[in-house]
Amino acid sequence: MKTIYILWLRQLKRYFRSKSRMFGSLAQPLLFLLALGFGFGPVFAKAGQGNYIQFLVPGIIGMSIIFTSIFSGMEIIWDRQFGFLKETLVAPVSRFNIMIGRTFGGATIATMQGIIVLLLSLLAGFRPFSLVLVPLAILVMFLCSLLFTAMGTMIASNLDDMQGFQMIMNFLVMPLFFLSGAIFPLGGSGVLAVVAKFDPLSYSIDLLRHLLSNINNFTMGFDLFVLSIITLVFLGLGSYFFSKIQI
Amino acid sequence: MKIIEVKNLTKKFGNFIAVNNISFEVEKGEIFAFLGPNGAGKSTTIKMLTTLLSPSEGELTLDGHNVKKNPNEVRHSFGIVFQDPSLDDELTAYENMEFHGVLYNVSKKIRRKRIEQLLNFVELWDRKNSLVKEFSGGMKRRLEIARGLLHHPKILFLDEPTLGLDPQTRNHMWEYLRELNEKENITIFFTTHYMEEAEKIAGRIAIIDHGNIVMSGTSDELKKNTGTDSLEEAFLKLTGKDIRKDEANTIDRMRMHRNRWRK
Repeated sequence: MKTIYILWLRQLKRYFRSKSRMFGSLAQPLLFLLALGFGFGPVFAKAGQGNYIQFLVPGIIGMSIIFTSIFSGMEIIWDRQFGFLKETLVAPVSRFNIMIGRTFGGATIATMQGIIVLLLSLLAGFRPFSLVLVPLAILVMFLCSLLFTAMGTMIASNLDDMQGFQMIMNFLVMPLFFLSGAIFPLGGSGVLAVVAKFDPLSYSIDLLRHLLSNINNFTMGFDLFVLSIITLVFLGLGSYFFSKIQI
Repeated sequence: MKIIEVKNLTKKFGNFIAVNNISFEVEKGEIFAFLGPNGAGKSTTIKMLTTLLSPSEGELTLDGHNVKKNPNEVRHSFGIVFQDPSLDDELTAYENMEFHGVLYNVSKKIRRKRIEQLLNFVELWDRKNSLVKEFSGGMKRRLEIARGLLHHPKILFLDEPTLGLDPQTRNHMWEYLRELNEKENITIFFTTHYMEEAEKIAGRIAIIDHGNIVMSGTSDELKKNTGTDSLEEAFLKLTGKDIRKDEANTIDRMRMHRNRWRK
């Protein structure tokens, strides 16, 4: 337990010490929020879909979470290059515990980013549907963060350097984000709606939207069920591949 | 009692054989030196002994545990100072020590005491709250040594620990290690390029080249068997004649090994 805690603490310390990273990773979601929110707002309203900011904010929270989590998971590559990974891998701590400590650290950071985006979106006119549900939404953010940090860990365990990073961004993170219904409604039976069903981020965002804006596509129970199962699967896969790392 | 047992250990990277069917044993409480030119297979062997790399063939036993089958038990019995950096640059010197102490389950009281003692020992106590990224190469190396000594394992691996250290620190470090070895019966397994170090400190020495152990024994035995007066001469006689021609090959091999490894 103490070892998991110190690994978690390390991730947090690194995050708070790198102010540029903190602000840098907020810039993108804010840009999306402002450009899309105010740009498409009138169109969205004209199409009879209501207030676009209310719709968009949970999607942007999901966005900042997926980016931050996958980056945090992939920090393993840095640690490998700077040699620190060795230090943790030879310690008398099971690889599973190391992976859990790191993953919870990364997920905590991603959740904090999500909360910051939520707070900033209040300035853009977003109003949560019910304040009582906000803590629940934060729990969902954490679950979603765990999922994608574990996914990042899994990927990073199989990469030796940062060269594959751009590919991961373009072929994984971006599609996961754009196909999740973060920025548009998934209703109807088009191809997109089918594709989105295979995107774990869809369920996280749908659940957040349900809790924060009372808009939903699937039922809450179904969202939670799918999200929990996928999170467990990726935690399993992440720790499996992490335990196979050789240096 | 044998604390390290290596039987027919082989490591291949594709077609390249980094370690070729080596066998050796180290007794508990022994100070054992592993010598060899660059690229001979020293670090690869240490990586396999410390569970970082899995062997292609052969049996490895540390403190009675099979390295391949019970890596977790094995990790409880050793500590290591790596050849290349392994500190967290974004943490302070103190935090790096603290992190290590917690991972190795050193109780708080002993941890605090030893951190102060060791940081003073490597003359970094007044810089304890500086981030490691502000440190010079030599300071990082010293911190790395201090960290490696924070917990007292049964076996301590030191992969070229004295590389880049000034003679004062080097002397200091070996004195400290000798004391640990005598007082706590800690087995020490180290590699080095300084022959006089091996001669002075190690009880037994193995010389490895091209992945094979070419000779092993006490320093005197090595000198006697090669008919030389010093360990340096013995070493050169065993590994050296074509050292220049070989150097290019070593680099080629390392490059090949690195490329293979990346795939």
